[in-house]
Amino acid sequence: MIPAAFDYKRAGSAEEAISLIGQYGDEAKFLAGGHSLIPLMKLRLAQPTVLVDIGRVKDLSYVRDAGDHVAIGALTRHMDVEKSPVLAQHAPLLAHAASHVGDAQVRHRGTIGGSIAHADPASDLPATTLALGATYVVQGPKGKRDIAARDFYKGFLESALAADEMLVEIKVPKMNGAGWSFQKFNRRAQDWAIVGVAAWRNNGTSGVALVNMGSTPVLASAVSSALSSGASIADAASHAADDAEPQGDLNASVEYRTHLAKVLVRRALEEASK
Amino acid sequence: MSITEERTNNVIGQRMLRREDPALLTGEAKFVNDLAIPGALHLAVLRSPYAHARIKSIDVSDAASMPGVVAVYTGKDLQSTWAAPMPCAWPVTPDMKNPAHYPLAVDKACYVGDGVAAVLATSESASRDAIDAIDVVYEPLPAVIDLEDALSDRVVIHDAIGTNTSYTWNLKVEAAEGAVDQAFKNAAFTVSERYVQQRLIPMAMEPRAVAAVPQPFGGDVTLYSATQVPHILKVMTAITLGIPEHQMRVVAPSVGGGFGSKLDVYAEELLCVALARKHGAPVRWVEERSENTQATIHGRGQIQNIELAADKDGRLTAVRVRLIGDMGAYLQLVTPGVPLLGAFLYAGVYDLPQAYDFSCTSVFTTMTPTDAYRGAGRPEATYAIEVAMDALARAMGIDPYELRKRNYIKKEQFYDASGNPTGYTAFHGLNYDSGDHLAAAEKAMQHADYVALRKAQATQNVPGARKRLGVGMTSYFEMCGLAPSRVLASLNYGAGGWESATVRVLPTSKVQVVTGTSPHGQGHETSWAMIAAEKLGVAPEDVDVLHSDTAIAPLGLDTYGSRSLAVGGVAIAGACDKVIDKARLIAAHQLECAAEDLQFEKGTFSVKGSPDKAVPIAAIAFAAFTAHNLPDGVEPNLEAQYTHDPKNFSWPFGTHVCVVEVDTETGKVDVLKYVAVDDCGNQINPLIVEGQVHGGVVQGMAQALYEEAVYDGDGNLKTSNLAEYLVPAACDVPPITTDFTVTPSTTNQLGVKGIGEAGTIGAASAVMNAVIDALSGLGITTLDMPASPNNVWKAIQAAQGGTK
Repeated sequence: MIPAAFDYKRAGSAEEAISLIGQYGDEAKFLAGGHSLIPLMKLRLAQPTVLVDIGRVKDLSYVRDAGDHVAIGALTRHMDVEKSPVLAQHAPLLAHAASHVGDAQVRHRGTIGGSIAHADPASDLPATTLALGATYVVQGPKGKRDIAARDFYKGFLESALAADEMLVEIKVPKMNGAGWSFQKFNRRAQDWAIVGVAAWRNNGTSGVALVNMGSTPVLASAVSSALSSGASIADAASHAADDAEPQGDLNASVEYRTHLAKVLVRRALEEASK
Repeated sequence: MSITEERTNNVIGQRMLRREDPALLTGEAKFVNDLAIPGALHLAVLRSPYAHARIKSIDVSDAASMPGVVAVYTGKDLQSTWAAPMPCAWPVTPDMKNPAHYPLAVDKACYVGDGVAAVLATSESASRDAIDAIDVVYEPLPAVIDLEDALSDRVVIHDAIGTNTSYTWNLKVEAAEGAVDQAFKNAAFTVSERYVQQRLIPMAMEPRAVAAVPQPFGGDVTLYSATQVPHILKVMTAITLGIPEHQMRVVAPSVGGGFGSKLDVYAEELLCVALARKHGAPVRWVEERSENTQATIHGRGQIQNIELAADKDGRLTAVRVRLIGDMGAYLQLVTPGVPLLGAFLYAGVYDLPQAYDFSCTSVFTTMTPTDAYRGAGRPEATYAIEVAMDALARAMGIDPYELRKRNYIKKEQFYDASGNPTGYTAFHGLNYDSGDHLAAAEKAMQHADYVALRKAQATQNVPGARKRLGVGMTSYFEMCGLAPSRVLASLNYGAGGWESATVRVLPTSKVQVVTGTSPHGQGHETSWAMIAAEKLGVAPEDVDVLHSDTAIAPLGLDTYGSRSLAVGGVAIAGACDKVIDKARLIAAHQLECAAEDLQFEKGTFSVKGSPDKAVPIAAIAFAAFTAHNLPDGVEPNLEAQYTHDPKNFSWPFGTHVCVVEVDTETGKVDVLKYVAVDDCGNQINPLIVEGQVHGGVVQGMAQALYEEAVYDGDGNLKTSNLAEYLVPAACDVPPITTDFTVTPSTTNQLGVKGIGEAGTIGAASAVMNAVIDALSGLGITTLDMPASPNNVWKAIQAAQGGTK
């Protein structure tokens, strides 16, 4: 439980953080809430030589109504996402999903930006923002750019973020009263999902994304296509795993995981259609 | 005189809050790692990444030259340090094979986690960094992780003994030669079942931690350890390191749980002491969580084959059991004895004639050594008989509770014809002290509303039902209060089973109780003070309890096997009796009467029939201290030591009922209701009793639904952290209804039996019986633990021919 030696730098602003990470190159990592990175470091599975702590960059913690979408600062803690009245009104699926992340201690420390930037396919919020068609705002030495969630996840713990870029904001389109459901299937309440489903439906449109069904969060496009061409919920759900390449692990074989995805997508769509 | 007749102070039976908790809950309690020890060196252990490998060479030069590193040792370097191999105290048979086991492996590593080198450094981080710099060349050998494969000796792990079989131990009891075979031949019904007791990781909240502090001159060493067994550890460390026993002192400060995993003598304890002496400096070590999953013993690990024979009414006529026990790579302190602790219980609470055939063969594997884990042998036995009873009920087409009722040992069988309590002498000759199984079962069934449940089940479990209801029960008998020393002798155990207590009334009438038990979460300080307060007629807060330091409590055999109350608590009551006897002589002297004319009530001696002639024990304590006016032949001071060697085991019992709902689409099991009706005899503190039941039930439920130490084919532990090894958390635990019947033990003055392991013993089988009951309508009659969603789903798929 003792990580390898590292240097610690604290950034006061996003600009300073980006400058520091540029200075130290590949061996440096951003530290936000620390609930993904620190455990890996304690197990010595990650050994960054420099940590750039962005936890004190206060102006990146907010949830704002921005007209057609809700803007969420990357350093907003899960608990603040869960409790946000703005999200409760305009993106209740995300607020609800945030309430399922880890346990209360994790939710008070971990941040939405940290979870997305870590790009863990087993985390709840990457898939949920993917289902919601979110856009991620990233900032580098040359300024900011937008990356659509569907273009962000490149591989296991790999994203479209360049080494000197930092995720600063998540833009979540308003749900406009869409029905929604978040299905998290696990053995213990505090665990990562064995399979999770974030789904919404509204007047013929829908979004469905899967947690822990491959090396990245998975947009279940085949389900949405089937629904928009008039398929029943049961038929649409049978396409749940079409876009997924699940792995087997101690909790689930590939076959079981595939089966679970279908069951949970069906349940999610049933709930979202109520 | 029994406690109930003598009960004058109304302390026993109160729901007193634990006096231990304020320090624990505020973080003020001091665990080994909290001790400030100036100048201590830090030990780190390099562990084998291979399950089975020859050590070809070890290059420590890089590590030795790192900043802060004081020394690096290999197994070869320390070979001459050990006066004896690491101890196994239970040679269960004269020909048991026990390979020599040293704190660091010398030629061969035999499991992933086997220590191969040790670093001493001036800081914990320097010691941890240095072990990464040690270069070991291994020649990997095949892993042995399957018990039947181990039995075949395809790969022999310990060259010196030439076989993987450690021992075979038999317990065959027949009224006449061939009785078992005959019973099976004549049986109206038989079942033959195979169960796997998966390996479990005890996972105490506090991992192990050790600090050895040498005295500057003379060779004395104090060993601080997160241990359940400071007294055993003191003796064994002295023997293993060749240190005169009087120079060893062992202290167990606050200890954060053990569940048997700290009932052992570990390599790191011996390394710390040896290296502290060698370097003349304190040496400390704290285990990391992942290290704990490999370097601390595992529990369970058995393949059980059980056969039951029954007559046409379902009455059991014979039981036959064949076990394979997984010892792991080496024998630890009581590893080989664990299956024996269950050997007497494979007929459970049932009135079996003398037709019992038990045999256990135990094998070495290339995995972490196993040893006692909460219940140790008894949960395994209870699981086998109770799950098999349900199988028998299904085979007969009768209700499982009805089958049990036909077989329970009856209340009247614990008494002779004139109604005197005699206990029930079972087929194997052990005497069950007291019991009323039907009463406990009836109470459990009422709480569960059994009849209504069966009706609801018939309505719910229709073909195609998404969620199926299941009800499971277990009636258990537990062999506790380890243990009568003579019985231990007959089982070849290397020590006795007594417990010691000293009770001292100080001049100001405050009381010190010194106990040889060693609490690590059980609340002994609270309960022991209550016993002494009850006996002596003082307030519990006026009683201090001293323990877990061999300099303060030199005599003791520590805490395990639900022994602390039934042996250690009874010893305290016995020491109080001796104190009262002595005080009575002084009181008689003061009151100028005969000692036998005095009665002792609420802390005061008074002359029978003249209640105004009285003297409180407080005054006697002061008189004993000043010694100005004592009767002839009475020594000053009011103190007595008493050692209790139990004449029998104690036999707690009870019935647990579990109600589950199984989602047939996902395989997920939800526990809707859990009822535990336990009978541990008289209760000292019902609050603590309930806490023990809750914790035990959750631990047993965890075996049924969550926990499993999983090894891959190469012998790598795949569940080496708390994300992968699924210990249920508070929010995963269903509501538990606890209730009790009280059938006092007849073999000790407190009438107590012990409750530390009962929950664990009842729960795994109750849960699994419920799960199987839910699924039996789908054709599922057997299911391995844990009943994880994946496993349950797979079983449903298989039962439905792979289609759905």
